[in-house]
Amino acid sequence: MNDRYISKNLKLYELSNDGLKLSTHAQANFCRGELAKALRKGPYQVNVILGGYDAKVPTGGSLYVMDYLGSCAKVNYGAQGYASNFCLSIMDRDWEEGLTEEQAVKIVEHCIRELQMRFLINQSNFIIKVIDKDGLRTLKFGADPADN
Amino acid sequence: MDFKKIFRMNDKLYVGLAGLATDVQTLDQLLRFRMGLYELREEREMSPQVFTNMLSNLLYEKRFGPYFAEPIIAGLDENEKPYLATMDLIGAISKTKDFVVAGTAEGNMYGMCETLWKPDMDEEELFETIAQALLASVDRDALSGWGGVVHIITKKGVITRELKGRQD
Repeated sequence: MNDRYISKNLKLYELSNDGLKLSTHAQANFCRGELAKALRKGPYQVNVILGGYDAKVPTGGSLYVMDYLGSCAKVNYGAQGYASNFCLSIMDRDWEEGLTEEQAVKIVEHCIRELQMRFLINQSNFIIKVIDKDGLRTLKFGADPADN
Repeated sequence: MDFKKIFRMNDKLYVGLAGLATDVQTLDQLLRFRMGLYELREEREMSPQVFTNMLSNLLYEKRFGPYFAEPIIAGLDENEKPYLATMDLIGAISKTKDFVVAGTAEGNMYGMCETLWKPDMDEEELFETIAQALLASVDRDALSGWGGVVHIITKKGVITRELKGRQD
C-alpha cells in the first residue's frame, strides 16, 4: 500500500514536471517526509530500504534505509526486519569500498545462506534485484524455478 | 559518520539536535526553511538570539504532541562573542556562558564539562577539552558512542573534526 502511494506520487511528479525524474536522494527524502507526516496521524507500519542508480552520483548507486518513524540514513549496506539481525552482521564483516557487482551478489548470497541455516523461518527461495545504469534486473536464489 | 545531528545554519550558527532521529531530521528541514524565509524577507542573517526564540516557539507550538528532540544552539552573536543556548523538548530556553549539553549521556557530560571547563580557552585547547569531555561521557553510556564530531566556531571560520573512540 505504502509502496504504491510512493511510486505513484513519484510518477505524478514526473508527469507534472515535464518528464523530470527525481534523483534517488530526492525520492528517499520524499518517502521520509511521508513517513514523518503520517507518524502523528496514523503511522505506516513499514520500514523501507530504497536503492537507486543515478548517473550524476560518483559511485552510481546509492542506498537509503528508513524506519516507520521517518528517520532516514544513507548507507553502504542495509537490512530491515528480523533477518537484519543476521544480515547486518554478515555485511559488517564482508563489505568493503569498491565492490564489483559479482562480489556484492556473493555477499547477498552469503546472507541468504546464513538465514537458511540460522533463521527460524525456513525459506528456500529468494529474489535478488540488481539496479544499475541499464535499470532493474532480477536474479534468483533457490531451488524452485517456478517461483518468480 | 553514522548519523548527522549537528547542522550548520550559517557560518556563525550551528544547531545540535539530540533525541528521536525522525524529529531531528524534520527539525533540521523546518529550521532551514524558516531561516531561508527570514533571510529572504529581512535581507539579513538571523542572529543566534532570534534563532533560539524561533526554535523555542516552533517547539512550544507542539506543546501537546511535541517533537522529541532537545536542541543545542552554538554560534557567535552580532558582536562576534560566543553564544550558547539549549532548550527542552517543549522550548524552555536555557542560556549559559560556559557550556550546554544534551542527549542520553547529558548527565555524564555535565560532570565532565563542570570539571574540565575554564574560561578563555583558545581553539586548540577548546577542541581538546570538548573531545575529552565527549569521549569520556559516551563511554559510560550504553546508548551513546561510535565516535563524535566537533565543530570549533571562530570569527575566522569553522574547523570540523571527527573523533574516533571506543567502538563498543
